[in-house]
Amino acid sequence: MGPDIDFTDTPVSTGTTIMAVEFDGGVVIGADSRTSSGAYVANRVTDKLTQISENIYCCRSGSAADTQAIADIVAYSLNYHRNQTNKEPLVCEAASEFRNYCYNYRDSLLAGIIVAGWDEERGGQVYSVPLGGMLTREGCTIGGSGSSYIYGFVKEHYRPGMPMDECIDFVKKAVQHAIYHDGSSGGVVRIGIITKNGMERRLFYNTVTGESTIEGSQSFIN
Amino acid sequence: MSTIGTGYDLSASQFSPDGRVFQIDYASKAVEKSGTVIGIRGKDCVVLAVEEIVVDKLYEVDAARRIFTIEKNIGMAIAGLMADGNFVADIARQEAANFRQQFERTIPLKHLCDRVAGYIHAYTLYSAVRPFGLSVIFASWDETDGPQLYKIEPSGTSFGYYACASGKAKQQAKTEMEKYKFADMSTDELVQSGGKIIYQVNDEVNNKDFRFEMGIVGRETNGVHFINHASWSQLAIEAGKAAKTADGDNEI
Repeated sequence: MGPDIDFTDTPVSTGTTIMAVEFDGGVVIGADSRTSSGAYVANRVTDKLTQISENIYCCRSGSAADTQAIADIVAYSLNYHRNQTNKEPLVCEAASEFRNYCYNYRDSLLAGIIVAGWDEERGGQVYSVPLGGMLTREGCTIGGSGSSYIYGFVKEHYRPGMPMDECIDFVKKAVQHAIYHDGSSGGVVRIGIITKNGMERRLFYNTVTGESTIEGSQSFIN
Repeated sequence: MSTIGTGYDLSASQFSPDGRVFQIDYASKAVEKSGTVIGIRGKDCVVLAVEEIVVDKLYEVDAARRIFTIEKNIGMAIAGLMADGNFVADIARQEAANFRQQFERTIPLKHLCDRVAGYIHAYTLYSAVRPFGLSVIFASWDETDGPQLYKIEPSGTSFGYYACASGKAKQQAKTEMEKYKFADMSTDELVQSGGKIIYQVNDEVNNKDFRFEMGIVGRETNGVHFINHASWSQLAIEAGKAAKTADGDNEI
């Protein structure tokens, strides 16, 4: 009996917790940082908050390969569109493009994506594109395997129109709970705050305070 | 084979020695023969108005319309060959529909105009095709961009305008339009001005028989483009006829 190396031919997927919440003037997005291949943690500091344009990001869940490919294609297409029109793309345009790919290739893709960002026309917006390729706008949405553990928490604590700081706390706590219960979510909590000035990143360790307990490890932030 | 002229006008893919593409000049001639078409941009509205010359009384009244609806809020008017116009209208509709499918919203008029202009320009480049004998005017209104007006020439160049004209009485219409301040006009005033201009530039001697056509889109139409909207068209025609008789009185 050799060592268990099943993971070598198991697809790499982001068994994940992702989340996004709108506030007045922007959105807060969050994700855990675990990428697994079966039981093997392929990456414990993954960045699942992926930039699409200046002020538009997406949270990826599902197959790492699929979601990276779609994000690349959409980013390319929107950049082309931006150059053609001389305008920053709208969040709804990005979301619609994600939907088109996810729907048209729904039989071959494993991708659940949250599109979030800020634009001049409608401010902070969150769109959810789940497995079959549906597109809906939501004030707050969660996704990934870990999300099933926090539906109760989110239902209990989400209020429309929360100020930015409360949104950050809310997202941090929700993702921490999901990480605690979900075996496929883990690592750190990555948070992004998107406003008209772009995205500010924050990182929280999985401690009670969210601060690091390891000396010198602050240098890992970002 | 006997040759007439210089031979530089046979193909759209050849320059003449002095830098012209004669096929494009000829396409412009087709536009100049057409009844006058104008587009004017007001405060919260855009009006397209057409002098449709009736060449045969046996046609149905709405035959050979020269104003089209491209999108819910986008109108298009053409001066030139009708057949080419129908074709370009369909191209424009496809562009608008594709954009809506890809991005889940209405195409910005500038973008649509650039796309259609690129298409028209491509038809000036190859020997197997001829340029469109068309001048195309686009009009739209929406909450974000407000009133918008663009015109494309047969060469494929396009510009945004406050007011523009094409066809037979293009020059007269432009001189007339310079007297107005369209930019601050209400919907009613703009509609009346459109009627006035078309009736004034109509050549009573040669083309007395004409049909007035009008496209309108603005805040007061709830951002929907109407062709020959009953009440507004009537307002325009009344203003046009009144201006015409007033003009006649002055001349004597």
